[in-house]
Amino acid sequence: MSDSVVDLRPVKPAPSPASMEKPSVDFSYVGIDAILEQMRRKAMKQGFELNIMVVGQSGLGKSTLMNTLFKSKVSRRTGLGSADERIPKTVEIKSISHEIEEKGVRMKLTVIDTPGFGDHINNENCWQPIMRFINEQYEQYLQEEININRKTRIPDSRVHCCIYFIPPTGHSLRPLDVEFMRRLSKVVNIVPVIAKADTLTLEERDFFKNKIREELQANDIDVYPQKEFDEDAEDRAINERIRGMVPFAVVGSDQECQVNGRRLLGRKTKWGTIEVENIAHCEFAYLRDLLIRSHMQNIKDITSSIHYEGYRVRRLNECNAQTNGFDEQDVTSHEL
Amino acid sequence: MSTAEVARQAPDGARSVPLSGHVGFDSMPDQLVNKSVGQGFCFNILCVGETGVGKSTLMDTLFNTKFEGDPTKHSQPSVQLRSSTYELQESNVRLKLTVVNTVGFGDQINKEESYKPIVDFIDEQFEAYLQEELKIKRTLHSYHDTRIHACLYFIAPTGHSLKSLDLVTMKKLDSKVNIIPVIAKSDAITKIELAKFKIKICSELVSNGVQIYQFPTDDETVAEINSAMNGHLPFAVVGSTEELKIGNKMMKARQYPWGTVQVENENHCDFVKLREMLIRVNMEDLREQTHARHYELYRRCKLEEMGFKDTDPDSKPFSLQETYEAKRNEFMGELQRKEEEMRQMFVLRVKEKEAELKEAEKELHEKFDRLKKLHQEEKKKVEDRKKLLDDDLNQFKQKKMAMELLQSQGQQAGGSTTLKKDKERKN
Repeated sequence: MSDSVVDLRPVKPAPSPASMEKPSVDFSYVGIDAILEQMRRKAMKQGFELNIMVVGQSGLGKSTLMNTLFKSKVSRRTGLGSADERIPKTVEIKSISHEIEEKGVRMKLTVIDTPGFGDHINNENCWQPIMRFINEQYEQYLQEEININRKTRIPDSRVHCCIYFIPPTGHSLRPLDVEFMRRLSKVVNIVPVIAKADTLTLEERDFFKNKIREELQANDIDVYPQKEFDEDAEDRAINERIRGMVPFAVVGSDQECQVNGRRLLGRKTKWGTIEVENIAHCEFAYLRDLLIRSHMQNIKDITSSIHYEGYRVRRLNECNAQTNGFDEQDVTSHEL
Repeated sequence: MSTAEVARQAPDGARSVPLSGHVGFDSMPDQLVNKSVGQGFCFNILCVGETGVGKSTLMDTLFNTKFEGDPTKHSQPSVQLRSSTYELQESNVRLKLTVVNTVGFGDQINKEESYKPIVDFIDEQFEAYLQEELKIKRTLHSYHDTRIHACLYFIAPTGHSLKSLDLVTMKKLDSKVNIIPVIAKSDAITKIELAKFKIKICSELVSNGVQIYQFPTDDETVAEINSAMNGHLPFAVVGSTEELKIGNKMMKARQYPWGTVQVENENHCDFVKLREMLIRVNMEDLREQTHARHYELYRRCKLEEMGFKDTDPDSKPFSLQETYEAKRNEFMGELQRKEEEMRQMFVLRVKEKEAELKEAEKELHEKFDRLKKLHQEEKKKVEDRKKLLDDDLNQFKQKKMAMELLQSQGQQAGGSTTLKKDKERKN
C-alpha cells in the first residue's frame, strides 16, 4: 500500500444543494467537499437525540432551568401537594421525552429528573439509584449492539450529560455534593451549576466559585470539559476558558417580564429585574451556549467513545474473569 | 438500600412541544460536520475489469490527479488485488482514498476462479472491521475503515451483451458491495449502439437477478436527480488525463483523426454523471449502505456460522459471551482429547519399535553364535589337517633318514652288492 498526499489544485466552496446545476466551467474541481453537504442532509433527516439528567435537592429550580434552556415546558415542576406526597420515599428516576424542532432540525430531548435526591434526613447511598440507572442505559445499548440482528440505528438512551445543582450557600461544597460528583464523574459528564444564583452578590459568587473549584481539584473530580480529553491545543484553549468559568451561576425563569419596553425572560423583584439572558446578571447564557450551541456534539462523543467504552470494557472483563477462573482449574487438573 | 423506579411517561412516541424562542440546537448539524471534518473521511473504491479496459485512467480522471502505478501486463497467472491509499484534500476536507485494482482479471485461460480473490478480499476487510468491533479495548472512531464502499465494474465495449464472466462475477459481488457498472472506453461505440447496449445490459442484469446499486430516492432534495440517473445506468465513460486546447479552454479530451472526444461534455459521454453520482451526491449514502446493509449481513452470517444465537433457551443476558465461552471450552476439550490420542499413539509406536529392535538384537546374537561355531569347526578341521600334515612330514623325515642310512651302508658294501647282483643276474 503506498501513501501519498496529493493536494488538488482549487480551493473552491461547495456547490449549494438547491442549485444542482451541471458543474460549471471549473474543470479541475472534483467535488469531494460535497460530502459535508451530504452529511448534513443525512443528519437533518435522521434527527438528533439528547438525554440530560438533572440532579439536585428539591426546590433548587431544576425544572425551571430546563424549561428556560429549551424555551418550552419540557419539565413539570413538582411542588404541589403536601410534603409527604412531594418527597418520595426513595430516589426516583423520571424520564420524559419531547420532540422539538428548530429550523428543520429535529431533536428528541429526554429530561431525566431525580426527585428525592438529597431530600431525606439520611442521604446515604442516594446516588446509587442514579448510578444504577446510568449503567442500565449503557447495558441496554450494549445488549443491542451485541445482538446478531441489530437495528440500523440503535436508540440512544445513554445519559449524555448530568447537570448537578449546587445550593447557593456561598461557603463550599457539602459532603453530599463531593461524594456524588466524585462517583459520577467517572461514568457520565457532569456539569455543576450554582442554582438560584441571584441570592449571591458578585463577590460572594466569585469566592464561592473559587472555593468549589479548589475542592473539586482537591478531590480529584474531573467535571466536563475533562482535562484529559482535550484533543489539541485549540481545544485546550477553548476548554481552559470554560474551565475557568465552571461552575456556572445560573438563574432560571420561564416567565417573561417587561424590561425597557422589551419582553424578556426574567425574575421580577421589588429591587429590580434579573434578566436571565444578560451575562452581566447571571451565567445562564454561557451554560446554554456550552451545552447546546457549541459542545453538544462533543458531549455526546465523550459519552459514547469514552464513558460507554469504559463501561463495555469493564463489563466484558467481568465475564472474562468469571470464565477464566474455570479455565485455570481445567488446566491445572490436566497437568496433574 | 434505596431502590429506583424508572417511569417513562412518554415512551418512544414522545410529545412534541413548540419552542417559544430560539434555543440554538439548529447548530447541531454544523457541530457534527465540524467534528467529521476534524476526523477526516475515508472512501474505498474497488475497480473490477479486464486488463487494459481503462480503470486506472478513469480513476485519474475522476479525482483529477495522477495516481502512481504503471500499466499492468497481461501475463498474470491469477487475479490479484492491489490497493493503494492516497490522501486528498479539497478546501478543508481531507479524504483518505483507497483505490483497489484487480490485476490480471480476465487474462487467464481458465477464468472459473477469477471472482474468488475479489470476494475473499472484500470479506477480509469486513472481517478486519468485525474483529475491531468485537475487541474489548477498541478504538472505533479512529479506526481506518478499509471496507469497500463502491465497486466500479468495467464492462468491455463490445456492443453486444455482457460476457458470462461479467455476469458470474457481478452475481457473486452484489450481496457484498455496492456495484456500479460502467461501460469503459465508450468512445468505441456509436450513440445508437450504445442505447441498445445499455438496454441489453440492464435486461440481462435483471433477468439474472443481479442487484446493482440504486441511487437513493427517499430524500426530496436529491430524489429527482437520483431517479433520473438511475435510468442512465450503466454509465458510458471515457477517461483521459491529457488536456487539449478546445476553443480557448484546456479540457480533458481524447484526440482522434476524425474528431475529439471531450470527457466532460455530457453529449459525448456520461463521465460527468458518474462523477456527480459517485462523489458529489451519494458518497455518504454509499458508505452508509456498506455499513448498514452489506457489513451487517456479513456480520450476521459470520456470527451465526460460529454458532451464536440471539436468545438462549433461558435467554440469559450476554449470550454472545456465554456461547463464546461454551465454544471455547468445547474447543479446549477437543484439544485435550486430541492430545491424549496423540500421546497414546506415540506410546504405542514406541512399544512397537522397541519390540522390533529386540527381535533384531536376538537375531544378531544368533547369527553371531552360529558364526562362532562355524569358525570353531573350521579351526578344528584346519588343525586336524595340520596334524595329519605334520605326521606325514615326520614319516617322510624318518623315511628320508632311513633311506639316507641305507644309502650310506649300501655304498660301503656297494661293490659287493653290485657284484652279487651281477652274479645273480648272470645266474
